Amino acid sequence: MSLAQEILAMAKGAEMTAIVAIGSTLIGAVLAFAFGIARVEGGRLLSWLALIYIEFMRGTPLLVKLFWLYYALPLVGVSLDPFTTGIVGLSLNIGAYGAEVVRGGLQSVATAQREAARALNFPRRHTLLHILLPQAVVEMMPAFGNLAIQNLKDTALVSLISIADLTFRAQQIRNLTLAGARVYSMTLVGYFVMSLLVAALMRFLEIRARRGAAFAHSAHG
Amino acid sequence: MIYGYAWDTSSPLAYAVSILPILAIGLVVTLKAAVSGFVVALVLGLIWYLLRRTRIRAVAWSTALLVEFIRDTPLLVQLFFLYYVLPDYGVVLPALVTGVLALGLQYSAYTAEVYRGGFGAVPRGQWEAAIALNLSRYRIYRDIVIPQAVPRIMPAMGNYAVSMLKETPVLSVVTVLDMLNLANMIGDRTFEYLIPLSLVGVIFPIMTTLCSVGIHLLERILPRDGIALR
Amino acid sequence: MTGPLIEFRDVGKRFDRLTVLDRFCFTVQQGEKVSLIGPSGSGKSTVLRILMTLEPFQEGTLTLGGISYHQPHGRGPFKASERHLREVRRNVGMVFQSFNLFPHMTALRNIVEAPMAVLGLGREEAESRALELLRLVGLLDKKDHFPAQLSGGQQQRVAIARAMAMRPRVLLFDEPTSALDPELVGEVLGVIRMLAHEHDLTMLLVTHEMRFAREISDRVCFFDSGQIVEQGSPDRIFAEPAHPRTRAFLKSVLAESRTA
Repeated sequence: MSLAQEILAMAKGAEMTAIVAIGSTLIGAVLAFAFGIARVEGGRLLSWLALIYIEFMRGTPLLVKLFWLYYALPLVGVSLDPFTTGIVGLSLNIGAYGAEVVRGGLQSVATAQREAARALNFPRRHTLLHILLPQAVVEMMPAFGNLAIQNLKDTALVSLISIADLTFRAQQIRNLTLAGARVYSMTLVGYFVMSLLVAALMRFLEIRARRGAAFAHSAHG
Repeated sequence: MIYGYAWDTSSPLAYAVSILPILAIGLVVTLKAAVSGFVVALVLGLIWYLLRRTRIRAVAWSTALLVEFIRDTPLLVQLFFLYYVLPDYGVVLPALVTGVLALGLQYSAYTAEVYRGGFGAVPRGQWEAAIALNLSRYRIYRDIVIPQAVPRIMPAMGNYAVSMLKETPVLSVVTVLDMLNLANMIGDRTFEYLIPLSLVGVIFPIMTTLCSVGIHLLERILPRDGIALR
Repeated sequence: MTGPLIEFRDVGKRFDRLTVLDRFCFTVQQGEKVSLIGPSGSGKSTVLRILMTLEPFQEGTLTLGGISYHQPHGRGPFKASERHLREVRRNVGMVFQSFNLFPHMTALRNIVEAPMAVLGLGREEAESRALELLRLVGLLDKKDHFPAQLSGGQQQRVAIARAMAMRPRVLLFDEPTSALDPELVGEVLGVIRMLAHEHDLTMLLVTHEMRFAREISDRVCFFDSGQIVEQGSPDRIFAEPAHPRTRAFLKSVLAESRTA
C-alpha cells in the first residue's frame, strides 16, 4: 500500500466521519431543542419524560448505547444498518447534553422578560419563539460549540460498529502496514484539523447569532 | 462459562441474576481504571498548568498547543496510538495500564483548564497580602493559594471524574476486561446480548448518580472560603 | 540617624506605554507620618506598591533602611532576586483598601501566620503577640471569628494587627477606609490614630479623609500626574495651599464631602 493510497483511504474515512458528525449534530440539535423546551415549557408529564431521557442518556456511556443498538436491539426485532445505528446513537447522546444547554439557556433569560411577555398577553408559543429563544440561543452558542467538538470526537466510536470512518480506516491501514506511529499521527492530526474547523464554524455562527439578536432588538424597539 | 462462572438461561430473570457476579468483576476493573485514570489526569493536568505559566514563552506556547491537541482529538484514537505505537518503541505495558494512561491523558486537557480557573479565581489581593507579609513562595502556595483554590476546583473536577467513568468502556476495545467487555463476551457465548448490555446500561446511570450525589455532599461539607491546614 | 529612612531617587515607573512616575524623588525620615493626597490615578498608590515590592520599576534607585532595591550589580531594568526582595520586605508592612484577610483563617490565625512562617516564632510567642495586638485594636473577643463573620471595619482592624505583628519599621496604608461603609470609618481611623502615636513607626498614608490626614500627619504631599506638586506641614497645605492645582483639588474634595 503506497502512501498516496493510504492518504486516499483516510480521506474517504474522514469524509464518512464528517457525514456522521454533521448528521448526528443536526439531529442532536433538533432533539436538544425538543427536549430542552419540553423540560422548561412542557407540562408536568412532558417535562418529566424529558428529564428521564436527559438523565438516562447522560448517565450511560456512549459505547454501551451504540453496542446496545447494534447487538441488542435486533434481538427484539429492530434491525438497523450500522450507519443508521451510529447516527441514532450519537444523536440521542449529544441531544441529551444539548437539551441541558437549552434548558439552562431558557432559564437564564430574565424573569422580567417572561413577565413582560405575559403582561403583553402574548400567547405562549409567541413568547417562546420570539422573546425567549432569540435571547437564549446567543447564550447557548459557546456551549453548543463545545458539544459539537465533543460529538465529532465521539464519532470515532462508530468505527467499532463497522462504519468505515477515519478511525476505522486507520485501524485497517495499521493492520496492513503495521506503521502505527505514522497512521495514528495522521489520524490524530485529521481529527484536530476537523475540530478546528468545527470550532471556527461555531464561532462564526455565534457571531451571526449575536448580530442577529442585536438586529432583532433594534428592529423591535 | 467464563472463569468458572456459569449462567442460567432458563428465564430472562434467572439469566440476568446469574451474570451479575461476572459483571461485578468487570465493574471492579471499570472503577479501578476510572480512579487511576483520574489520578493521572490530576497530576498531568497540574503539570500542563504549571508549564503553561512559565516565563519561557516557547515552553508555555507549545504546552498550550499540546493541550489543545489532546483536547480536540478522540480518546479512542489516542488509546490506539498508545496501545499499538508504544510497543514499537519497546514500551510494552499491560492493556489496563495503557488504558489508564489514555484516559489520564485525555482528561488532563480538561483538568489543566480547571486548575487555571481555580487558581486564577484566587483574588490578586490574597497574593499581595501574602507578599506584604513576606511569606515565601512555597508558603504562599501551601497556606494561602492552594487552600482557597481547592474548593473552587472540586466541583468541576468531580464532574470530569464522572465523565471519565462513563468513558472507561472504551478500554474494552484494547482487551481490558471491563464490564462492557464481559457483557459482550457473555453475549458472544449465549447469542443473547439484550440482557447483559441492558444491565451495563442500567448499572452506569446508577453509578454516575451515586457519584454525583457524593460530589454534592462533598461540596456542602467543604468550606467555600478554603481549608486552613493544621 | 544619618540620612532618610526611605529615598526614591529619579524613580521611573511605566505600565506598558503609560508613564506613572517620571524621575520621581521623595524622602521620608524615620518616624515620620506622611499623608499622600491627590486625585485618583495620580500615582500615590503606586508609590506605596513600589515600596512594598508589589510593582517593579524601570529607572532610578530606591533605598529603604540602607538597602537598595537594585541588585548589587544590577544593570538595566529593575530585576531583583527573590531573596533580595524578601530582605527588603522585612522592613515594610502594608494595609490594603480591601483588607485582603485570608478568608480561610480565623482572625488569630491571620495574625500568627506570618510571624511563625517568616520570623520563625513559636506558636506560643506568636499567639501572645497576636492577642496583645487584637486587644490593642479592640477585637480580642473576635479572635476565633473568620473574616466573613466580621464587619468591614473589624476586618480592617485585624488587617492592621496582622501587618503590625511583623514589627515593620514602615507601615503603608493604601486608602484603608475607602472600602468601608461611612459608619465604620471611625473605628479604623481610631486604630491608625493610635499607631500614629508610636514614635519610631514610620507611616505612609494614602487617603481621601482630609481632616484625618491633617490631624495625624507630620507632612502632607499633594500628588498630581505622578509628581509631588506641593508638600509641607498639614496646616499650611490645607490652610494656604500655594499651588493652583492643590487649591482646585482641595476645593473639589471639600465640596464633595459637604454634599455627601
